[in-house]
Amino acid sequence: MSNISEAMRAAVGTVTGRTTSYPITNSDIRKWALAVYWPEQPPALFTDPAVAEKSIYGGFVAPEDLNPFAWLAASHESFIKNAGKLETNNPDNAEIALGIPGPGLKFMLNGGLSVEYGVRMREGDVITSESSVGEYSERKGRLGLMLFSRSISIWTNQNGEMVKRTAGILIRY
Amino acid sequence: MTVNIGDVVPTFTRETGFANWNRYAAVNDEFVPIHMDDAAGEAAGNGGAFGMGNLQWAYLHNMLRSWIGETGEILSMEVQFRSPNVKGQTITAHGVVTAVEGDVVTLEVWTDQQDGIKLAPGTATVRMGK
Repeated sequence: MSNISEAMRAAVGTVTGRTTSYPITNSDIRKWALAVYWPEQPPALFTDPAVAEKSIYGGFVAPEDLNPFAWLAASHESFIKNAGKLETNNPDNAEIALGIPGPGLKFMLNGGLSVEYGVRMREGDVITSESSVGEYSERKGRLGLMLFSRSISIWTNQNGEMVKRTAGILIRY
Repeated sequence: MTVNIGDVVPTFTRETGFANWNRYAAVNDEFVPIHMDDAAGEAAGNGGAFGMGNLQWAYLHNMLRSWIGETGEILSMEVQFRSPNVKGQTITAHGVVTAVEGDVVTLEVWTDQQDGIKLAPGTATVRMGK
C-alpha cells in the first residue's frame, strides 16, 4: 500500500518558505572547517586571516558545504497558511510544514544530495534560501517499502547571486 | 595541470566514529538520535549509531578542493547515501576523471569503507584552476 497520499501529490511544486541567515562569520567558517577536516588541520584559507587575505578571494570564503542556517536563522517566513508546528526529528515534518497529514512512518534517512554551485559564500554574506516541494516516489528496499521525498532549495546571497541549488532526498520507512 | 580521462584524484581518508560525528553535529546542529545513540541506530535497522551522510558529502568536497586548488571551482555534485557509515570504519573519498571538456572535468566520485564497499557513490564536475 502506497504511503503517498493525494494531498502529498498535490503539494509537489509548492514554494514553502524563505529563510535568511545571520551574516556568516569567520568563526562559523573556521569551526565548520575544523569539524570536517578533523583530526587534521583544515587548509589555512579557512582559518588564517593573512592567508585568506592573500588568496584570490581577498578574504575568507566558506567551504562549499557550509550550512549558514544551522542552529538559528535570522528569519523564516512560511508561505503555507495552515502549516503545523514542527517537532524535532519527526519524520512527518515535511508534510506538517505543508499543513497536510504525513505518512506516519517511523524512521528517516538522508538519501542523497544533488547540488549545483554558483558563487562562493564569503565572510559577511547573508544567505537566503527559498524552499519548494519536489517529487515523491517509492520503492522496496531491504527495510520494506521506502518513501523518497525531494526538497528543493535555492540559496542566494545579499547581492542576489545564486550560491547553490540543492535537491535533497529524504528516505522514510 | 593537464587532466586526462582515467586520472585518479588523491584520496581523503578518515577513521570515523563519535569523535567525528559529534564535532559535525556541533557545527551543523545535527543531534539526531540515530547519529548519537546506538540503541536508536539499531532500532532504525543499522546495528548501532551511524554517521551523517552530510559528513561524507563534506569529505568528497575536501578531496576535490585539495585537488583543484585555490583557483579551481566545484561546479556540481550528486551523491546517493546507500550504506550507513558505522563506528570504526575507515572512510575514503575517491574520484576518477570520466570526461574532460576544456577546463571542465567530470568525475565519478564515491566514498568507501576499508573493505572497498561503496557507501556514497555519485558524480561531480569541477573547473580546473589556472
